[in-house]
Parts: sequence; structure tokens; C-alpha cells
Amino acid sequence: MPRRKHLIITLALLFILSTILAACGSSEQQADQGSTLVFGRGGDSDSLDPAQVTDGESIKVTQNLYETLVKYKKENTEVEPGLATEWEPSEDGLTWTFKLREGVKFHDGTDFNAEAVVFNFNRWMDKNNEYHKGGEFPYYGYMFGGYKGDEGHVIKSVKAMDDYTVEFTLEKPQGPFLNNLGMPAFGIASPTAVKKDPEKFGENPVGTGPFAFVEWKKEDSITLKKNTEYWDEGKPSLDRVIFRSIPDNAGRLTALKSGDIDLMDGLNPDATQSIEDDDKLSLYTRPPMNVGYLAFNTEKKPFDNVKVRQALNHAVNKEGLIKSFYNGLAEPAKNPMPPSLWGYNDEITDYEYDLDQAKKLLKEAGYEDGFKMELWAMPVPRPYMPDGKKIAEYLSADFEKLGIEVEIISMEWQTYLEKTGKGEHEAALLGWTGDNGDPDNFLYVLLDQTNAKGPDAGNIAFYKSEELHKLLSKAQGLSDKEERAKLYKEAQKVIKKDAPWVPMVHSTPPLASQSYVKGFIPHPTGSESLENVSIEK
Amino acid sequence: MLSYTIRRLLQLIPVLFGISLLTFSIVHAIPGDPARAILGTKATAGQIAEVREELGLNEPLVMQYVDYVKNLFQGDLGKSYLTNRDIGEEMFPYLAATAELAFVALALATFFGMNLGILSAWRQNSWLDYSAMLIALIGISMPVFWLGLLEQWVFAQELGWLPSNGRLDARTLFDPITGIYTLDALLTGNWYVFEDAWKHLVLPAVALATIPMAMIARMTRSSMLEVMRSDYIRTARAKGVSEFWIVYKHTLKNAFIPVLTIIGVQMGLLLGGAILTETIFSWPGIGRYVYEAIGTRDYQVIQSGILVIATLFVIINLIVDLLYATIDPRIQYGKE
Repeated sequence: MPRRKHLIITLALLFILSTILAACGSSEQQADQGSTLVFGRGGDSDSLDPAQVTDGESIKVTQNLYETLVKYKKENTEVEPGLATEWEPSEDGLTWTFKLREGVKFHDGTDFNAEAVVFNFNRWMDKNNEYHKGGEFPYYGYMFGGYKGDEGHVIKSVKAMDDYTVEFTLEKPQGPFLNNLGMPAFGIASPTAVKKDPEKFGENPVGTGPFAFVEWKKEDSITLKKNTEYWDEGKPSLDRVIFRSIPDNAGRLTALKSGDIDLMDGLNPDATQSIEDDDKLSLYTRPPMNVGYLAFNTEKKPFDNVKVRQALNHAVNKEGLIKSFYNGLAEPAKNPMPPSLWGYNDEITDYEYDLDQAKKLLKEAGYEDGFKMELWAMPVPRPYMPDGKKIAEYLSADFEKLGIEVEIISMEWQTYLEKTGKGEHEAALLGWTGDNGDPDNFLYVLLDQTNAKGPDAGNIAFYKSEELHKLLSKAQGLSDKEERAKLYKEAQKVIKKDAPWVPMVHSTPPLASQSYVKGFIPHPTGSESLENVSIEK
Repeated sequence: MLSYTIRRLLQLIPVLFGISLLTFSIVHAIPGDPARAILGTKATAGQIAEVREELGLNEPLVMQYVDYVKNLFQGDLGKSYLTNRDIGEEMFPYLAATAELAFVALALATFFGMNLGILSAWRQNSWLDYSAMLIALIGISMPVFWLGLLEQWVFAQELGWLPSNGRLDARTLFDPITGIYTLDALLTGNWYVFEDAWKHLVLPAVALATIPMAMIARMTRSSMLEVMRSDYIRTARAKGVSEFWIVYKHTLKNAFIPVLTIIGVQMGLLLGGAILTETIFSWPGIGRYVYEAIGTRDYQVIQSGILVIATLFVIINLIVDLLYATIDPRIQYGKE
């Protein structure tokens, strides 16, 4: 026994000694760190290599680390100079020449130049490139029709003409090309840093953005510091930005109210009132770039009948939906694309909420006594659809007044996507958040007939209209924006008439901050650079 | 004792083998495709097929399991599909975070639980007994998430005494060594971090400690009552031994074994069951690590995470069993 006693005494002494030592230790390192912004969000990032990720939480951070050739304006998705100062498409839209910004440096001190741009694009597009590593590069495939060697791949080559000129040669003209280049996924990374360890580049990110990477504590926080060499003089104002993961929405709000964080997203719509009532806090709403919709499978009875689809369009009370499920933070949708996008057709009149009209149309279609239908509801909350199952119940209440017997079906989210992608549903709720601010990214992806085939249909209405296809393909091959806008407006008319969907809402997600946070402008794409944000206490 | 220990260690092999088979089967029965989860909702079928091939998901399940076990024998827990990192390496900081939280919670639960139990046994059927057991009942019935939110609301938001989430203030600069922050702060002599880390520990530890505290209190009470009825306690009383001495020395020592069992089981449960607490208080622990992996269908992480938790659970139980013998010399494992 004495041995054990000795041990206990020694341990106790050690503890006391170390406590004393600790007390004497300095806390100088906690001294002034300049202005720090703590951004509270729902989850951690997957990777900090922007080309590897598709999740919003990753992009939120990479937007501050990297820059793209062109970028979007602060409040909308119009394109303005980024790492490229000017650009010129050739007459036929097949060659694009970009002049690059001079004197820009990556965070590791190396120069940004045309070679760096070429390096990045080759890394993404060429599966045989020795640096095509660290994971998939999904967004490259989505936006540019696959990878090198694939049929439909858009970019033929990327060449450095001189130190600060890059030329893109395309296989075929692509309308949204310029907008695509502005997507955060195509942030230019330091070739030196990628070459060092391409597998682990996502953990050691190096870009040219307003902030540079400091450290990543998994599931906890990511810390960035000011890029003192940033080319845009006077920016950024903040010395440090910390992205903090707090998964629970209520917990995050508590953290905001108790001052642990300065800015948060993922605010519950029903918490907005408490933010407005608190003069220490500010409320923001993100302009909508999404759509929540009900898609009819036009290949299945009775939804192959346009009158049935129109009838159900008359049976959806959008204002009521917004009041009940979005706490007013949404606007009714009449088109499949949000009004913040260019090419939106505001002249379209929506099907009014009118059950009598709906009954009349059903009678004309020969379904006077109604029918049985399955209504699929998504199991997870999405920005455009906070509660799929409840919304399905809400819709079915009205449908049942028309004599329609509704069975609500829900399943696990990945399975839901797989099965709707194969067209196993009769009618399904779904939504879409825009990627690049181009109407093509909504209309073509979600409603063109080329995307109406399994196993991964973007067009889950399986709606096939030759008329629409002509308009959309034509618009895709043009680079003149006004011409394209005209075609998209026509396209929206066709869609309204054929009613493959009930476009339901464009939601505006709310955010909140301490009132001393200034200059924060939520961007419709769902993430923004914090270069203009400052703290004014 | 030694041969018993060895026998128990050998018994671990089939147990862990069973656990690995079970988690493997359950994890692969979860609907949803990891390839789709990695690529996001906008992936095409072609891309998904390619990634499935790369991850070896097209091989027969049996082959996948054999590969998995083969790697386990080499001490390789596999790689995360999502981050492409070594799971053993990746998991370590999460384990440290959970260990710190669970240890503090267990210390709280043991201290308060035992004293509550002792108190009510000592004053059986008094108002003290009733209120102590009422506290224990509330402790068992109160859902952890509810208690956690309540704590956050009262102590963080309204009173502003304690931070509501995380392990350290986000603005604090600190390089951990072992990953157990309170210890690391002492090792580096950083008083500021030491205090900050403790403040962050209080609320989640209390939330996590409530249920085990209640269990320990009830077990201590009944076990103490039983011992107090025995002859030698009556003798001690008759001899005029002080009440405090009777309770804490004579009774507790003999009443402790069943309590120790409960403590051991609770420690195991704390390790795995901290998921809710870790989510509410955004504590980056092993529970959340596995939970996030379920969301992304990161099979390797889920099965290896659960395997590690299960292993710890079994090992803790073994330690508890061995402790019995140390506390009560009448228990001798060697001779049967």
C-alpha cells in the first residue's frame, strides 16, 4: 500500500506544481489580434480545394481563399473582372482571350500568371494529368460537359499566350461559359502548393484571395488571416476570420446572442422576430436563387394530360404555403427560375389558386371523379423546402377537395434522389439552387428533354418539348446576352403553358449578425467573400 | 489474476470480430450511396459509377469485408472516403475531445451521484431521502438535449456566465499537444487557455453527467441500505463509532462494488452516447465524428468509429472487473 500512497502524493504535487506554473505562464499570446470575425455555420467543410467540393460549407470558406478569372457582382450574378481584367470572345464564340491582372501573388509568395491558370484547368479537365488527384472534380464535369476525351466536353484547350494572356479554345460555343468561370469551384490555386502534395491540397489551401489559411480544427473551426499582399488595396478590413461549426440552429443562435460568434447563417425562419427585436443584432435575407417545385411525371397517367397538370397548378395555394412553412421568407414562384436572374419573364401570369377552375379542368380531362396519386416528399429540409412531408400534407388537403386521393411517400434522401432520377415517382417535390447565375442552369438542366432520361434525370418531370428544346439549345450556342434573354423569356412561356411543374416558391434564407458587423451583403449564390466586411465597435 | 486477465483479453477477439461483422453489415444496409454522397446531388450516373468502382464498392460484400478485416489486423482502420485521410490518424483528436468530456462528466456523476445516494441511505425515508431521489428521478427522465438547451439558454444567453458551445473561444489561439485541452494548457503553462477550456467544459459535462449521476445515486442508495442492515454495522454503532466513519468507511467500502459496475458501464455509454451532447454543444468529439459520417455515408469511418468505441467499452469493462479484486480481496479471479 505505501507505494500507492506515494504515487498519489506525487501526482497531487505534480498537479499543484503545474497549476502554479500555469498561473505564472503568460497569456500574452491572447493579446490583441486585431479585428476578428467569427462566422457561425451548421457544418464543417469537406475540403478546401474548391474544385473538389460541391457542398455549401466548403465553398463558404474557399470563396475567401481563392479567386476566379471573373467574379460576380456583390449583389447579383452579373460578371465583373476578377483575376482577369478583360476578355474577348471570338466572333464564332469558340475562342476566348483573357488578360490577367498583373502583380498578383499567391499566399505562398509565388506569382499568379497565365501558366498558373493553364495548370489549374489541365489539372481539372485531364484525368491523366499527374495532379488530377485528391478526389473527384465534380463541378468541372457538370459545367463543362465532362472531362478531356468525353463526348460533349466543351473546352478543347487552354493556352498561355504570354505571361498575362490566356486563350481558351472551345469545341462548341457555350452560352454560360463566362458565368461558369465565375463559380467558386474554379478558383485558381497555387501550382507550387498543388505540386507539393496534390492529395492533401484540400487541407493546405493556397490561393490569391483576400484571406490566407491558418489552421483547421476538424468539426470545430477554420481560421483564416488577412492576406496583407492582397492586390485590391485597402482590403480586406478584417485581420482574421474564423468559421465555426455549430450544427444545431438553436445553439448557433444562442452563441450569437451570447456574443460567442459575430455572424451566422442557417437562422430558423421563426427566429427572425427575435433578431429584429434585439437592437444589438442585425437581420439579413439572402436574395433567392432557388426554386422549390412539384414535378409531375409526364410519362405516367394521369399526368401525361396537360389539363390535369394545369388543374393541379390551380390547386396550390402558394401564399398559404409561404405563410405556413417559410414564415413569410419566400416569394411565390411563377417561373422555374428566380427573378434575381437575367432573362426572367415577369410578364407571365401565374395559374391562380382557384379550386373551381381546377375542378373544371379535371372534368374536361375526363377525371371528374378524381383519381389516386402518389405524392413523393423529400425527407430532409432544404433551403427551398423546409419540411417536405408537411408541405406534401398541406398540398394533399387541397387536392383531396378535388376528389384526388393522395398517398404521401417519403424515403431516405439519397434513395429519393436516385429513384426520382429514374422516374419511379408519379409526382415529387424537389428544388434546385442555382450554381452560376445563368438561366441555362435552371431551364436546361431541369426541363430540357435531353435531361429527361434516367438514371439521373435533371428533368424529373420527364417533360419533352421539341419547342422548348429548340429555344434552349439555340440560347446555349449564343454568346450575346440580350439575344439569349429573349429566348429564355420565350421558353418560360412554353413551360407555363405545358405546366410540367407547379413552381412553388423562391425562398430567401435569413441570416443574422451582431450590429457592429458592417458591410456584409449576402450573395444570391449562397456564399460570399468577406473582403468588404468590417467590425465597428 | 494474470491468467484471468489473459483469458479475458483473449475473449476480446471473438467479441470484436462479432462487432466488426455486425457494424459492417448494418452500415452496408443503410440505404444511400457513398459515391453519390461524395459527388453531391448534381452528379451524373457515369460519375457515380466511376467513383463506386474506384472505392471498390462494386466488389461482393464478402470480399469487401475480408479486405476490411485484413486491414484491421495490420492496424489499419482504413481511409475516409470523403477526406481520403487515414481514419486512425483523423480520429485521434475527436477521441481526445470525447475522453476529456466523458472523464469530467463521469467525475461529476460519481461524486454527486454517490454522495446523493449516501445521503438518502443515511437518512432513509426522510425528506432528504425523498428530495435526493426526486432529483435522481428527474435526472433520469430529463432528455439530454432538453437539459442542454435549457443550460445554454440560462447560463450562456441570459446570464452570460459560461460559453454555450465549443471547446475554446474561437478567437483563442492555441496549439494542442495531447488534444486534451485542460491538460495541454497545464503542460504549456497557459493559464488563459486552462480557464477557457474549463469554462467550456462545465455545461456539456453537466448535461452529460445527469443521467449517470442519477443511476449512480440510486445504485449507491440501495447498496448502502443493504450493507447498513448487516451485523457488523450494528456492532460498529454499538461500539460508538462516529456516524460519518460508519457511512464513509465501513459501509461504503462494501457497498461500492455494485456502484463500481454501474460507473464502468456508464463510462462506456458516455463514450458512445455523447452524440447528442456533442451536437448541442458543438463539441468536436467521436460521437459527432461518426454522426457526420453517417450523413455522408462514409462507410469506413462509421464502421471503424463504432469499432473503436466498442473496443473501448469492452476494455473499460475489463478494467472494472479487475478493479473488483483490488477493492474486495475476497474476489479472486485466479482460483476457481
